[in-house]
Amino acid sequence: MQRGAKTVGILDKSLSKGKNEVNLSTFALLFAEIIRYAQNKVNTVAELQEKLAEYGRFVGIRLIDIIVLREKSYKRDTKLLNVLLFIKSTVWKSLFNKEADKLERSNDDICKYFLIEKDPVVNAFISLPKDKSALNCASFVAGILEAFLTESNFPCKVTAHWHMGTTYMIEFDAEVISRENSMIEANR
Amino acid sequence: MARATKAMPDTKMMSGELFTLTYGALVLDLCKDLESAEDVNRQLDKIGYNMGLRIADDFLAKNPRIGRCAEMQQVADIISKNALKSYLGVTAQATSVSPNGDEYSIVLESNPLVEFVEIPPEWSKICYSQVICGAIRGALEALHMEVLVQLASDVPNPTEIRIKFRRVLHEMMPAGDED
Repeated sequence: MQRGAKTVGILDKSLSKGKNEVNLSTFALLFAEIIRYAQNKVNTVAELQEKLAEYGRFVGIRLIDIIVLREKSYKRDTKLLNVLLFIKSTVWKSLFNKEADKLERSNDDICKYFLIEKDPVVNAFISLPKDKSALNCASFVAGILEAFLTESNFPCKVTAHWHMGTTYMIEFDAEVISRENSMIEANR
Repeated sequence: MARATKAMPDTKMMSGELFTLTYGALVLDLCKDLESAEDVNRQLDKIGYNMGLRIADDFLAKNPRIGRCAEMQQVADIISKNALKSYLGVTAQATSVSPNGDEYSIVLESNPLVEFVEIPPEWSKICYSQVICGAIRGALEALHMEVLVQLASDVPNPTEIRIKFRRVLHEMMPAGDED
């Protein structure tokens, strides 16, 4: 086959409506293979989680634009709470067909938020070996989440933990919170 | 036995884009880790093969109507009409059958794997959808058929997969995971 001269660049194609769906089994098998591949390259559980988060960030950076374009006609939220709610409901729905279960703010630390999901799909098919019981494949989703927030100009660090199912701990940079506060002050 | 309806009720679906991009993340990482496009293709094929071995079981369990295939043409039909439909959500055409019927092409009308993909010129040798070839090879091997699967064309052209039947595997081969 010739790679034709009149190849249409990817940016010239119109964006699909995103109604395409694939079988969950296919994704589960692919994800299992990704973990297997990543596992062969790393030595510790922490490294493996970091690797998965890296894959997640790759996915997240690309997905956020698509979702914002489709769902919000390219208007972005500037308020922290709105962004978080948008992610909890709309983004989660378009990715996993359901909302995330809970969104909470930490009492002790104003920079910390928690997004709680009882049964993340990426963990559904992965059985943990005894020596690696701390491993949480939801790190992949944490990576997606981190990319979403960071790309929306809310730099943060997201990690996945086993707590009430899976909890994504979102730790915003201090400047995000102070910017948020000064914005509230200014509007008063 | 309950008649299998057209839409399989127990098949859970999920966002195609998340799948596409997750696969993209894997391919990119392979490109970073491995030196040449050939190595990446080989690794993708292996990943597909591992998936195929398991898909064969899943597929047969969920499609009780599909019995034994007597000839290659039947296998071609089931791959293109049923298997690709249920696992990738696309329809495909089985074409260019060779005169003795042991070789044919499967052309995918659309390929969800390549939805957002643009391949830079330095990776022009990469077979982006090689994982599908590996999956077909793995799935058929689990059903005791040895086939040769090649990607005849891929992005930016429609994906075309060439399948050549080699032999029936008579002896019970343990379909183990090779690593």
